[in-house]
Amino acid sequence: MPRATCVTIFGEVEAPDVTAVRAERAAPELRELYERMLRIRQFEAKVDVLYRQGRVRGPAHLGLGQEAIAVGVASVLGPGDHSLGTYRGHAHALARGAPEEAVLRELLGRVGGICGGKGGSMHITSVEHGYYGSYAIVGGHIPTAVGMAWASRIRRDGAVTACFFGDGTTNIGAFHEAVNLAAVWKLPVVFVCENNLYMEYTPIGDVIPVDRPAADRAPAYGLAPIVVDGNDVAAVRETALAAVERARRGDGPSLVEALTYRLGGHSVADGGAYRDPDEVAAARTRDPLVRLATELARSGAMTVEASDALVAQVKAEMDALAVRVLAEPTADGADAWTGMWSDGGATWRN
Amino acid sequence: MAQLTFREAVAAALDQEMARDETVVLLGEDVGSGGVFKTTAGLRDRFGPERVWDTPISEQAIAGAAMGAAAAGLRPVAEIMFSDFYATCWDQVANEIAKACYMTGGQLRMPLVIRGSNGGGLGFGAQHSQSIENWAMCVPGVKIVSPSTPDDMWGLLAASIRDPEPVLVLEHKALFGTKSEWPGGDHVVPLGEAALRRSGEDVTLVGLARTVGMCEQAAVALADEGIAADVLDLRCLVPLDAAAVLASARRTGRVVIVEENPGQLGWGAAVAAILAEEAFDDLRAPIVRVSGGNVPLPVATAMEAEVMPSPEKVVVAARGLLEGRVPAASTARV
Repeated sequence: MPRATCVTIFGEVEAPDVTAVRAERAAPELRELYERMLRIRQFEAKVDVLYRQGRVRGPAHLGLGQEAIAVGVASVLGPGDHSLGTYRGHAHALARGAPEEAVLRELLGRVGGICGGKGGSMHITSVEHGYYGSYAIVGGHIPTAVGMAWASRIRRDGAVTACFFGDGTTNIGAFHEAVNLAAVWKLPVVFVCENNLYMEYTPIGDVIPVDRPAADRAPAYGLAPIVVDGNDVAAVRETALAAVERARRGDGPSLVEALTYRLGGHSVADGGAYRDPDEVAAARTRDPLVRLATELARSGAMTVEASDALVAQVKAEMDALAVRVLAEPTADGADAWTGMWSDGGATWRN
Repeated sequence: MAQLTFREAVAAALDQEMARDETVVLLGEDVGSGGVFKTTAGLRDRFGPERVWDTPISEQAIAGAAMGAAAAGLRPVAEIMFSDFYATCWDQVANEIAKACYMTGGQLRMPLVIRGSNGGGLGFGAQHSQSIENWAMCVPGVKIVSPSTPDDMWGLLAASIRDPEPVLVLEHKALFGTKSEWPGGDHVVPLGEAALRRSGEDVTLVGLARTVGMCEQAAVALADEGIAADVLDLRCLVPLDAAAVLASARRTGRVVIVEENPGQLGWGAAVAAILAEEAFDDLRAPIVRVSGGNVPLPVATAMEAEVMPSPEKVVVAARGLLEGRVPAASTARV
């Protein structure tokens, strides 16, 4: 793919040039990606409100501003492909098609939660949609993703595994062990580092000796350094497509660093006061939804009025969803004694 | 009749299961060349490199790859060369594998085995000799198997591979050279059924893996003194055949639990608690544990023996119970 200089929150970086591809792709396709991102944005905005009302069990880590990565990658995965994400994983699950209703039930501790009330926000999983889980131990799921790709290589089933993680994850040992093994075994896995500039509350630059946490380390595994503007869904999509095709060809893993910004705090309990307000304001101008809406309006694919109406409509849907789910019965305590084993039981002795 | 060693039994079970189920795949450090304990000898030659995978020294990647492969529907068998190394991949075992089925509401299944050498007595020192069954027992969601004989090694490993849950199979390294008669043919021993190795009405000796042999030797010595012992081989800690322990204890009224892991929190404590809670009225004497010492394992022969359970220690404990004395408990030592 040709490369071009693109302006990101990090300043200018060399990234795949998607200008030609963007022109080729039909506007309806971009509009569809916009709608998927918008639904995730409004879902999480609603979760934010529900958390502040004390209705969400446990913490919730929102990916507001990072939606283009989950949606862009998911858009090139097929039904047989696998993906795994992190505790900041609502977007990764929803982008694969996990039903909003079952996810919200999980967050609100209602009957019918997508993990039966046992997982909560940090462990959203929807195997039916190819989403093999959200994991809350930083980096703990990367070896798992490698194992899924290993199974695909053994079975020659053509499936690709996408694995999302944050910039801070590149400092944990499991990342190194897993990426190394995937590269040695040439496994069909796409590692996607969502570099949102902050390792929890700490600037990532303070804890890495290189500029790019993932891309600068890729050569150590014999992999190309790939950087993409993670706030540009079309760019993410094309980059992911190239990586997925490479994996499906049997040419091994890719390590993609998608540059983005977390518009909110580390979790809903964090106001993000450690960040320069000017930095946050600048990031808001690069909000992936705002950018795509502007682009769609400019190309005539979707007028500003239509876009505003769509936002209002989706917001109303999420409000209605929350009202409906809040009225549903809460999960039964006795269910805690079920499902540790695959026969549904949880006994350890006779 | 053929003789089978414990180490050959490991390879035999793997061979048997790989032949019957093509989704069974092996991975681990040096497994292709047979492994440092020769427990995977011959398997790559028979099944090829697509079934037997040599890995880097990367326990997190090994355990995690097993998890991912299991999630994708294979039945991986991962080797952790020395069980001490579980500490380097405990996140994968305790946080990921053990919890995956439960915390996803049953969406993920973990039909995998992690197996490898466990236990001391060979002077391998503090980082290659530990009995880690108590580590595993702190984590709901994994099964724990530790065989005491070659035929059980074969049958229990085969059952573990067929089991739909994650199973940690701990192979006592001091047993690898032990032999038993082997009639040949396929072999499976169900998980969760303790084996009564010897019957006697005066005292129950409960062991696991290497300590079962210690109990049997102790029982022979005790018989010379007129004391008849039940020797119960737990075989598995999860699922635990508590019913077998309770039944024996109710019959004899006296129990000595013999465990190699440190007594300060060993599996024997869990068994003792079950007995105290559910068989208290049938006990004629306090429950006694003969446990591994609460120190890192030393290397020098006499020092390692000092902190290991032994037949002699079991005899002293059992005799004390019969004489109406309460033997010094291992947990009370420094």
